[in-house]
Amino acid sequence: MSILVSIIFIPIIGALILFFVPNWKTQLIKNIALNVSCLNFLMSLLLWIYFDHSTAKFQFSQTIYSESLSFTIAIDGISLFFIILTTFLVPVCILVGWKTISNYVKEYCIAFLILETLMIAVFCMLDLLLFYVFFESVLIPMFIIIGVWGSRERKIRAAYQFFIYTLFGSIIMLLGILIIYLQTGTTDYQILYTTEFSEKRQIIIWATFFASFAVKVPMIPVHIWLPEAHVEAPTAGSVILAGILLKLGTYGFLRFSIPLFPYASMYFTPLLYTMSIIAIIYTSFTTIRQVDLKKIIAYSSVAHMNIVIIGLFSMNSIGIEGSIMLMLSHGIVSPALFLCVGVLYDRYKTRLCRYYGGCVHTMPIFCILFCLFTMANIALPLTANFVGELLVFQGVFCNNTLVAFLSATSMICSGGYSLLAYGRVAYGSCKPYYIRSFSDLSRREFFMFIPFVVVTLWLGVTPQCFLDAMHCSVANILNI
Amino acid sequence: MYLCIVLFPLVGSLCTGIFGRFLGYRGAAVFTTCFVFFAFLLSCSAFYEVALCASPCYIKLSPWFMSEMFDAYWGFLFDSLTVVMCVVVTLVSTLVHMYGISYMEKDPHIPRFMCYLSIFTFFMLMLVTADNYIEMFLGWEGVGLASYLLINFWYTRLQANKAAIKAMLINRVGDFGLALGIMGIYYIFKTVDFSVVFACAAHFAANPAPFVFCNIEFSTLNTICILLFIGAVGKSAQLGLHAWLPDAMEGPTPVSALIHAATMVCSGVFLIARCSPLFEHAPTAGILVTLVGAMTCLFAATTGLVQNDLKRVIAYSTCSQLGYMVLACGLSNYSVGIFHLMNHAFFKALLFLSAGSVIHALSDEQDMRKMGGLARLIPFTYCMMCIGSLSLVGFPFLTGFYSKEVILECAAVNYTVSGHFAYWCGATCVLFTSYYSFRCIFLTFSCKGQSSKQLFKNAHEAPLLMALPLCALAFGSIFVGYLSKDMMIGCGTNFWGNSLFSLPQNVLLYESEYLSQIQKLLPIVFTTLGAVLAFIITKRGTHIVVNINDEMISTAPPLTLTQSMSNRFYQVSSASFFIRKLYFFFNKRWFFDKVYNDLIAQKVISFGYKISFKTIDKGLLEVLGPLGVSNTLLKFVQQISRLQSGFIFNYALMMLLGIAILVFLVFFFPMFYPIIDIRIVFILIISGLMVSPGPKGEVAPGCEPSEQPLAST
Repeated sequence: MSILVSIIFIPIIGALILFFVPNWKTQLIKNIALNVSCLNFLMSLLLWIYFDHSTAKFQFSQTIYSESLSFTIAIDGISLFFIILTTFLVPVCILVGWKTISNYVKEYCIAFLILETLMIAVFCMLDLLLFYVFFESVLIPMFIIIGVWGSRERKIRAAYQFFIYTLFGSIIMLLGILIIYLQTGTTDYQILYTTEFSEKRQIIIWATFFASFAVKVPMIPVHIWLPEAHVEAPTAGSVILAGILLKLGTYGFLRFSIPLFPYASMYFTPLLYTMSIIAIIYTSFTTIRQVDLKKIIAYSSVAHMNIVIIGLFSMNSIGIEGSIMLMLSHGIVSPALFLCVGVLYDRYKTRLCRYYGGCVHTMPIFCILFCLFTMANIALPLTANFVGELLVFQGVFCNNTLVAFLSATSMICSGGYSLLAYGRVAYGSCKPYYIRSFSDLSRREFFMFIPFVVVTLWLGVTPQCFLDAMHCSVANILNI
Repeated sequence: MYLCIVLFPLVGSLCTGIFGRFLGYRGAAVFTTCFVFFAFLLSCSAFYEVALCASPCYIKLSPWFMSEMFDAYWGFLFDSLTVVMCVVVTLVSTLVHMYGISYMEKDPHIPRFMCYLSIFTFFMLMLVTADNYIEMFLGWEGVGLASYLLINFWYTRLQANKAAIKAMLINRVGDFGLALGIMGIYYIFKTVDFSVVFACAAHFAANPAPFVFCNIEFSTLNTICILLFIGAVGKSAQLGLHAWLPDAMEGPTPVSALIHAATMVCSGVFLIARCSPLFEHAPTAGILVTLVGAMTCLFAATTGLVQNDLKRVIAYSTCSQLGYMVLACGLSNYSVGIFHLMNHAFFKALLFLSAGSVIHALSDEQDMRKMGGLARLIPFTYCMMCIGSLSLVGFPFLTGFYSKEVILECAAVNYTVSGHFAYWCGATCVLFTSYYSFRCIFLTFSCKGQSSKQLFKNAHEAPLLMALPLCALAFGSIFVGYLSKDMMIGCGTNFWGNSLFSLPQNVLLYESEYLSQIQKLLPIVFTTLGAVLAFIITKRGTHIVVNINDEMISTAPPLTLTQSMSNRFYQVSSASFFIRKLYFFFNKRWFFDKVYNDLIAQKVISFGYKISFKTIDKGLLEVLGPLGVSNTLLKFVQQISRLQSGFIFNYALMMLLGIAILVFLVFFFPMFYPIIDIRIVFILIISGLMVSPGPKGEVAPGCEPSEQPLAST
C-alpha cells in the first residue's frame, strides 16, 4: 500500500477507533485523535521526502479498479504541499479544542479526522467526478463543526449560509462535469488533460466550474458567507476554513480550469482580474472598519485569496508559483492569526476590538507572536507571505502592469488594517474595566504556536525547497 | 569577515531578544553594544580594504528564491559606497547603543530596546550590502519594521501608537512604488541583480524598448527611475510622503538620532546613489528628483522655523537636509549627495543626542518655550549643541560646510531650470536653516529660564556614557568634512570606483570651481543673516508677532502655557494679517496632515464603513443573497400553499387552462416543437399558474394582473 493511500486512511481508522471509545473518556479520546493526526503528519512528510522533484508526472499513484468505478489517486508538486498543510493543521485543531471543547468531545475529534481524510482525498483525486464528490463532502463535517461548536446563536444561520452558498455553486459545476462526460465518456483527469474541447464548450464548462470555485475562494460578490462563517465557527473551524477550505477553490482553478480549458481561461482572464482587483481594494477598505477581530482576519483572507487568483491567471510560472506559495503561506499565517484570536477569546469571551487594549502588558509572549503573524500578514520580507506576494505581483506585472499596479495597492491597505487591529489589541493602556484576569500563553498554547512560527520563517527565509518541488508541475500545467 | 559585519548585529539582537531576561539589563545592553562595536571594527577594516585599497568584493551565498527566470540570491556586495555606508551605520549605531545604555537607564525594557536597535542595524546593513533589488527590499522593509517598533517603544502612549502606524503606512506607500520599480526592472532587464541591471542600463537607454505601464506607453528608464524614486520619497521623507518623520519623534531620542536622522531616512538617498547608472540615463526622472529635493528642502526649512518642540525642529531640519542630498543626486552629483549623507549623519546624530541630553536634563521636557538659560546649567551639552548647529548651518570649515557648499555650487553651475530652482531653494534654505538652528540654541540655552524652578534645580549634565558618544560625534562634526573632502568629492578622485556613475557631461565639480565669488559667498551671507535675525527676534523678545485671537487658541499649541509666556510668543500686537497667516501656515506644516486626514484617511474610512460594509456587504449583497432568497422563498411558498384549496373546480380550471395553452402552442407555433420538449412546456405552464393567487380571491402581491380574473372565477 502506498504512502498516499495510508495517509488517506489513517484518519478514518483513527475515527473508527474513536467510535468504540466510551464518551466519557475524554482524555483518552483527545490523545488518540492527536496521536493519529500527528502520525499522519509524519507520514505526509514521507511523501515530501520520497517526492521526485525532477518530473511533472503524478507520483505515488494508485489506481483502483472496480466494476462500476475506477479512479486514480496521485499527487504532483502542486498538491503535495496542500496535503502536508492539511495534515499539519489538523493536529493543531485538536490541540485548540483541548481545553475549550467540553461538549461532544468524541464527535469533535471524529469530525476533524474525517474532515482530514476528505480534504486529503480532494487534493489527490485525479478523477473529476470524485473530486467533485469530495469537494462537496468537505462541507458536511464543516457544517456540523460550525453548527455544533460555534459560539453564538447566529451560528445556525452562518452554517446554513456557508452550506447553501457553496452548494449552489457546486451544483452548477456538476452540470459542467456532465458536459465533459458527455463529450469524452470519462472523468479521468489524465485523459481529460489530453482532450481538446471546442472553444465555445470550453467557455461554458469553464463558467460552470467558475461558479463553484469562485464561491469557495471567495470572490466578490459571493464572499459574504466567509466573514459570517468565520465569526461563528469555533477557532479550530476557522483554522481549517482559512487554512484549507479557501484553498480548494484556487486549487480547483489551478488543477482543472487552467490546464483543461486554456482558451477559456485566457478568455475570462480580464473578468477575473477585474473581480479580483475590486475584491482586493474593496475588502481592504471594509476591513479597516471592522471591530470583530475574526472578521478582520476573514476579510483580509478574502483580499489575499484574490491576490492568489490574480497570480494564477497571470499565466506565467512566476505568477502561478507565487500563487501557490501565497496559498501555502496564507494557509499558515491566517490560521495562526485565528489561533491568536482564539487565545484571546478563550480568556475573555469576546472578539470585539474595543474591549481589548494594552495586552502587551499582561501577555507579552502572546503579543510577540501576534506581532509576528501580523507582520507576516502584511507580507514583510523574511516571512512567508512576502515570497508569494512578490512573485504574484511580479508575474502579473509581466502580463499586465495595470493589474499589478492596482493589486499592489493591497501592500498599503493590508498595512493599514493589520497594524490597526494589532495596535488596538496589543498597545495602548490596559482596560481593567473590561479585562481583569490575566494570563499569558499556557504551555499547550505556546507549543501550538511554535510550529507556525517555524514554518512562517522557514517559508520566508528558504522558500527555495518549496519552489523546487513545484517547478516541473507548474511548467506542465502551463504546457511549457 | 565581511559577512560578520552584517551578522553580528543580528546575533546580538536575537540573543538579547530571546535570552534578554537571563542577560539582565546591563548585560543585554553591553552585549548588543559589543556586537555592534565589533561590526564597526570590521567595517573599518572593510573600508580600508575595499575603499582605500580599491578592491571591491562580491559574495554570493545561495539562492533565496527562484522561479522561471526570476532569481533572488543571498548576495552581498561590498564596494566603496557600501563600505562608506557600513562605517557610518555601524559607527552611529554603536554610539547610539552606548548612549542608550545611559539614556534608558530607568526604563524596565532595556533588553527590548537594545534588541530593536540591533535588529535595525542588521536590516540597515542588509540594505546597504545587498547585491540585488530583492534583498535590498528586504532591508528596506526591515528597517521600516524596526522603525515601527522603535517609534512605538513606549507603547502605552496613544501618540506613539499613532505615529508608528503613520510611519509604517506612509512608508508602505513608498515601498509600493519601490516594489513596482523592482518589478519593472525585472520586466525589462529580466534580472534583479545590480551588476547586470547597471551594465545593461546604457543599452536600454540607447535602444528604448516600449514600456507600457498602466496602459500608457512611457519611456522605460524614466518610469522605472520614477517608481524607484517614489520609494526613496517615502523612506527619505521627501515632500508628499514626509508627514511621518516629525511624528516619529514620539520614539526615544536615541532612536531619533539613529533611525530618523543618521541612517534609515538616508536610505532613499542611498537607493538613488546605488541606482545611479539607471538615473543617469533617465533625465526626466533626474529633473523630478531635483525638483522634489529642492522643494522638500524649502518646505521643511520653513516649517522648522516656527515649531516649538525641540525634537521636531531637528526633525524638520533632517527633512530639509535630506532634500539637499536628494537634489544633489538629482543633479547627478551622487558622490556629493553621499558625502553630505555621511556628514549629516555626524552632525545630525550629534544634534539629536544633545537634544536628548537636554530633554534628559529637564526631566523629559521637549517644549522649547519652557526651556531657556540652560547654558550655565549644562555647559557641555551646550557646547555639543553649538558644534552640531554650526556644522549644520555650514559654518566655514566645519563638516557641514564642505558638502553643503558643494551642493549649492553644483546646483548653481547647472544651467537648467531645475538647477537654478534647486540653487535658489537651497540658498534660501540656508537662511532658514541658520535661523531655526540659532533660534533653537537661543531659546534653549541663552534666553531667560521659562519653567519651574524645580525643573532647573534638577537639571544635570550628561553622564559619562552619554558624553562619550557626544564627544565622538562632535569630533566627526568638526573634522570629517575636512578630512574626507578630497577623498570623496575631490577633483578626479578615484575613490568611488564603479559604485557611483555619472555621465561625463553631468559632472559639475570642475565647473563649480569657476563659480563667481558672489554666488559662492551668498550661502555664508545667508547663514550670518539667519543667525542675526534669530538673535534679534528671539533675544529682543519681539518674537514672531502674532495676535492671539480665539481662533488661534483653539488650534495653536499655547493652551498650556502661562500668560506671560504666551505674551512672549504670541504678542498681542498689531502684527499684520499676512504674517499671522503665514505663521499659522508654517506652524501647521503647510496643512499637509490636515489634507491627508480629511481628504484621504477620512474618506477611506467612511467608505469602508458606509459604502463597502453597510451599503454593499450588509445591504445589497445580503438582499440579493441569503436574506433576499429566504424572504422570497417564504412568500413564494405561502402563495403556493394557497393554491391547494381542495376545491375540485380550481384544479379542473387549471388543467383546462394548461391543456388549452399547450394545444395552442403546439398548433400555432410548430417551430417550437422540435426545440422544446412538450413535457417541459407543460410543467412550465403549470408552475406559472401556481404563482397566481389562490381561489379565495386574495390578490397576492407580485402576480400578473392579467391572470387574476381567470383564477378568481
